[in-house]
Amino acid sequence: MISENKIYFYPLWLRIWHAINALGIVILIITGINMQYSNPGFELINFNLAVNLHNIAGILVTLNYLLFFFGNLMTSNKKYYRLKIKGLFKRLNLQIVYYISGLFKNQPTPFPLSEKRKFNPMQKVSYLLVMYIFVPGLIITGLALLFPETIIENVYSASGIFLTAVLHASLGFFVSIFLIVHLYVATIGKNPLNNFKSIINGYHDINAH
Amino acid sequence: MLKFEIRTSAFLFNCIAMRSVFQFFLLLIFIGLTPQIQAQETVLAPENDLCMGCHTHQTFTFKNTLTDQDDKRMMNPLYILDKDHFARGVHAKFKCADCHSADYTTYPHNAELKLEPLSTCMDCHGGDEKYAVYQFEKIDEEFQKSVHFQKSGESFTCSKCHNQHYYQAKTRTSSMVNEIVGFSNEMCMTCHSNNSKFQLMSDTLKPALSHIHDWLPNQDLHFKNVRCIECHTQVVDSLQVSHNILPKEQALRNCVECHSKNSMLEASLYKYKNLQTRSEGGKLNSIISNKSYVIGAYQNAWLNYISIIIFCLALAGICIHLIVRIVKK
Repeated sequence: MISENKIYFYPLWLRIWHAINALGIVILIITGINMQYSNPGFELINFNLAVNLHNIAGILVTLNYLLFFFGNLMTSNKKYYRLKIKGLFKRLNLQIVYYISGLFKNQPTPFPLSEKRKFNPMQKVSYLLVMYIFVPGLIITGLALLFPETIIENVYSASGIFLTAVLHASLGFFVSIFLIVHLYVATIGKNPLNNFKSIINGYHDINAH
Repeated sequence: MLKFEIRTSAFLFNCIAMRSVFQFFLLLIFIGLTPQIQAQETVLAPENDLCMGCHTHQTFTFKNTLTDQDDKRMMNPLYILDKDHFARGVHAKFKCADCHSADYTTYPHNAELKLEPLSTCMDCHGGDEKYAVYQFEKIDEEFQKSVHFQKSGESFTCSKCHNQHYYQAKTRTSSMVNEIVGFSNEMCMTCHSNNSKFQLMSDTLKPALSHIHDWLPNQDLHFKNVRCIECHTQVVDSLQVSHNILPKEQALRNCVECHSKNSMLEASLYKYKNLQTRSEGGKLNSIISNKSYVIGAYQNAWLNYISIIIFCLALAGICIHLIVRIVKK
């Protein structure tokens, strides 16, 4: 029995996308760090295995991204990502003040979630940044590194592969930071596990804040 | 109005000045990053003109004293010298007679001259203080351990790899790693991608390089950016270029040896570059212009510090937030 306070926020396709993305990105981060800081005699994962796993997970996340992109394009889920620039900083500020002060004083959230609003302004900006800039950037640079012969050999005299790889690693690092913060913020609520249950069963309890 | 105009022109002047400064810096960067193309051709010894008159051409003409006619003959391709190539080599200033017999000045050449042993490299380079820096004795010692010497003995001379007419000390002189790699690999490829030359030394059919390296990911990229000797020799710290070519069973197959912070490449391919950079103090230019990106080996200290700081700040923020949440609950 679904209570009236629960909104069906996460349709099945979105939950499948999220689960595959979560698994893929965790594998990418672990194998990515393993390659970046590889050391003979101190390998968490064997280098060759890490390369293969990274390639497979990268392709999986890339294909999965198409599900996210076209899923949003074709369903009403896209409306949650629309960003109004006017007054954005004010709204972001309100949300930040809530996270660092209001939350501890049990004040109501400045942007209560509803059928019309799935994300607060901070979520919206960070999700847009990650899903429409960082992840596509990682996919493009990642595919380029998978087929290095496609990369411009020299940009002036800097190696094209070098620039691509540094950009790939830097974007990957920011996605790792996002993941940590994302997981922590998900624990905010009456019960730290509520949000994790929601992304599994699809229903979000709007009173659970 | 006048004030406005003055401001506008001042603004324009600032823009132009800033643009000029920007262009100047761009130019500096461009000059700094662009490999300097150096013309290294040497003027050849005039004494060589007589030899080169024939030995740099496909055909040669001589006065046949028997028929009293000018005869035009084909030159044996093995005896044709590439003059321009020779002029760029380390021995460009040499006279032909420095190594070959001075009696070659007459034609037809005396047949017995062919029996005369040529000087070996070590005849000049060995035990000479002038060449001490090149460590020829150590090179010879290492080479004698190599699979080439072990299989072929004395018949495998230095010149099998280092063509005495064209050899350039690229590892020492070139500032571009790609050029060093290309030059070095060309020496191996002379035989290892040419079956007829390969069989001068081996009874077996030359295996296809792409086939025996099929385990290696991004083969083309590796062949272009690292030397064959990176994996096929034993690195000796005291030598600039390792000469102990290992049997194929002992070739390096462990990716992490290069793809790691203490990459083996630092002790081999980038060795000379590193020494040079240290003496010049131009680290930045060498990092961004010269090294190919090697996964795992490229670890920029600054990027590492910045990422650790950002990571710690994120963790600290989360911890503080969590503690306050628990306390205020």
